[in-house]
Amino acid sequence: MDRPFAITLEVGSSLANKTGAWRTERPVYLDRFPPCNQNCPAGENVQGWLYHAESGDYETAWRILVDDNPFPAVMGRVCYHPCQTACNRGRLDEAVGINAVERFLGDEALRRGWTVPVEAEPSGKRVLVVGAGPAGLSAAYHLVRLGHEVTVVDSAEEPGGMMRYGIPRYRLPRDVLAAEIQRILDMGVRFEAGRTVTDLRAEMERYDAAFLAVGAHVARRAYIPAGDSARILDAIKMLRDTAEAEPPQIGRRVVVYGGGNTAMDAARTARRLGATDAVVVYRRTKDRMPAHESEVADAEAEGVRMKWLSTIARADGGKVLIERMRLDETGFPQPTGEYEELDADTVVLALGQEPDLALLEGLPGVEIDKGVVRVGPNMMTGYPGVFAGGDMVPSDRTVTVAIGHGKLAARHIDAWLRGTQYTPPPPPPPATYDRLNTWYYSDAPAQLRPRLEVARRITTFDEVEGGLDESTALFEARRCLSCGNCFECDNCYGVCPDNAVIKLGPGRRFMIDYDYCKGCGLCAAECPAGAITMVPEET
Amino acid sequence: MPVQEIKFYQTGSLVVGNRLLDPERRTVQADPGRPNTLTSGHRACQGCGEALGARYAVDAAHRATGGRIVVVNATGCLEVFSTPYPETSWRVAWLHSLFGNAPAVATGVAAALKVKGRTDVRVVGQGGDGGTVDIGFACLSGMFERNDDVLYICYDNQAYMNTGVQRSGATPPAARTATTQAVGPEPGNPFGQGKNAALIAMAHEIPYVATATVADLRDLEYKVHRAMEFRGARYLHVLVPCPLGWATASSDTIRVARLAKESGLFPVFEAEHGEITAVSKIRRKVPVEEYLRAQGRYAHLFGDPPRTDVIAALQALADRNIRRFGLLDEEG
Repeated sequence: MDRPFAITLEVGSSLANKTGAWRTERPVYLDRFPPCNQNCPAGENVQGWLYHAESGDYETAWRILVDDNPFPAVMGRVCYHPCQTACNRGRLDEAVGINAVERFLGDEALRRGWTVPVEAEPSGKRVLVVGAGPAGLSAAYHLVRLGHEVTVVDSAEEPGGMMRYGIPRYRLPRDVLAAEIQRILDMGVRFEAGRTVTDLRAEMERYDAAFLAVGAHVARRAYIPAGDSARILDAIKMLRDTAEAEPPQIGRRVVVYGGGNTAMDAARTARRLGATDAVVVYRRTKDRMPAHESEVADAEAEGVRMKWLSTIARADGGKVLIERMRLDETGFPQPTGEYEELDADTVVLALGQEPDLALLEGLPGVEIDKGVVRVGPNMMTGYPGVFAGGDMVPSDRTVTVAIGHGKLAARHIDAWLRGTQYTPPPPPPPATYDRLNTWYYSDAPAQLRPRLEVARRITTFDEVEGGLDESTALFEARRCLSCGNCFECDNCYGVCPDNAVIKLGPGRRFMIDYDYCKGCGLCAAECPAGAITMVPEET
Repeated sequence: MPVQEIKFYQTGSLVVGNRLLDPERRTVQADPGRPNTLTSGHRACQGCGEALGARYAVDAAHRATGGRIVVVNATGCLEVFSTPYPETSWRVAWLHSLFGNAPAVATGVAAALKVKGRTDVRVVGQGGDGGTVDIGFACLSGMFERNDDVLYICYDNQAYMNTGVQRSGATPPAARTATTQAVGPEPGNPFGQGKNAALIAMAHEIPYVATATVADLRDLEYKVHRAMEFRGARYLHVLVPCPLGWATASSDTIRVARLAKESGLFPVFEAEHGEITAVSKIRRKVPVEEYLRAQGRYAHLFGDPPRTDVIAALQALADRNIRRFGLLDEEG
């Protein structure tokens, strides 16, 4: 054989030596459940859509988002973002501004006119949705995408429910809301305005299933001894009248009674309607208020005063009598017998709302418990084919929860109409903070959303919180740690001393070459996202 | 910083690659077509820092020279695990020398290439700390003082690991090796011994001297690339943890190298013509204890009672490095 000078052997490669045989543990890629996704009441794949926003592919990001939630622009304004509370980055510096990026995507979609196609085969089934609030519209959206014919009826003239008639304009501009609702209606959802469903049983003869989401619009009252001249309003009516451009006369001094988000909305609205003095009276302490922290902070910034540990004992003649309270050992407020007088032209009651369940009368099997409708894990009431969600069932009453109910109910309704069962896939293992290798994430401060100055906030209904622009939204998206999910940083590919990680190319991630992987575990240890786990080899 | 910091791409410049970066700004190791000069099937232990460091460095040299390199390898772990008869893991022109003469052989290769007019082909000499700092040191010093056109890379795992973890001139104080047992009043390797090969290389005033670790790939690749921009003698000293000799978990190799740098025990810097031109700042300072605790070779410091005096003496060494090399940013 012809070999070069002094070469006596063919060169053999060490590739003949399959070092994978040494392995006692094997690295395996997996997708863990990021805390943002886990905590989203609407079941959004937050990490999933942020991943695409990170590369500037906003349309793909938006499409993944609206797969779960048809209201990103609304969400980006009114959601209390429990995702951010759970965000692992919060333990590193500050949580990722998921809500701000969501709003950017939502607004971008409206600007560019992105729509959601209906691709399912028509099922021939008809579904009635009662209530055009977030739960009803979310259910309608998902049902129509699943091929069903959907009719939404609402007693109001415009769709939106509490999003339109409850949440003030300065938090949710009506053009944004209208555009996102129109996008759903354009998918073929029929909307019947100004129709109140009174006899559901009769309706059910024309529909194969129904989803009830009538909300909770009936204000809870408290007995307050009041003189003839006392002016007492309920907050829901005040917000609704303001939304319909017929704001009530409230005078200069307004006392709002209650400690929830509605109370904050009412007090802030009162400021905008010209009240120079808006006081929130709440019987417990600040930390026990049901109102969201950010709402309380916003109200205080706008000059709303807070009176904790106080109840209204009497209202009359431009005055309210306040009794001081103290919390007993169980945290329940008890009267102290100490009184104080406040000037008040109007007292606004914001003591909670209850649903009007008149439409359920005569429907056998439906159970009502503590003023709300009981539903099973599949969101179905005791009457077969009638499902319910949103504020009329036991839940946290937020827009996001309602949207989540709509989605969940739609999946179960779809299964019910097809005679099958909807079983949600088992959740993957959680992507906890200790799984991350945080060394690899660069230091990046959170981007702040611009806010309207207070002087303009209290004189107009202009939107208080601004949005991020493209560069800041991109930056914010890139702060995502991608917890538990590969984001193709190439670390595993790089740190393997045995070249046993194969890079499959953009978007296709990696695979392990078990012929050579010795199972050292470096790839798993140095994966920033914790998306590799070591599994013992069978012996 | 010589390595341009890439900010706000989720992971900045710290990870191997980044899907959001232009391909030309990514590392050699992120390239799906990287040369893999040291290919699979080698017999290095699980989690071997030297195998990783050698591929990082030689791949970078390969990229910097367009593949026109000749590698001369001293006897040692790297040679033994990569070329057992009749196989080789090397995919570059590669020569095996004796334990002690790799720098001299590299000098000869460079001279031969010069005679042949092939100065486009560059020479890389490499070996472990034993072959470099101890046995090959005379040849290395000669290569330096003659300013021969060779990049010599020392993969420092701080002992003779191939022959069973015997102490070398690069073994740090208090470390247990087969020849410095953890017994007696001063257990492990004595304080006040050993040498800093990078500083000695600098004393030769050669064009380029740098230190690096396997924990910072971008920095290591930059330094190989930078070294290849010079003609003459260049020296790169890379810290490569050894799971066997350091008694660390195989998955801890990179973490331990990172802690060596972040504690200040292993200063990372570069120097041109005898003067330090840049140091890698400590990003998240850690006490030496965090570094030591991860390693079985220091386990004797954490017995009952713990040797707080020895730990304090090692901390003093780290603190001295931090002062001497300016490893901390003023802001802290």
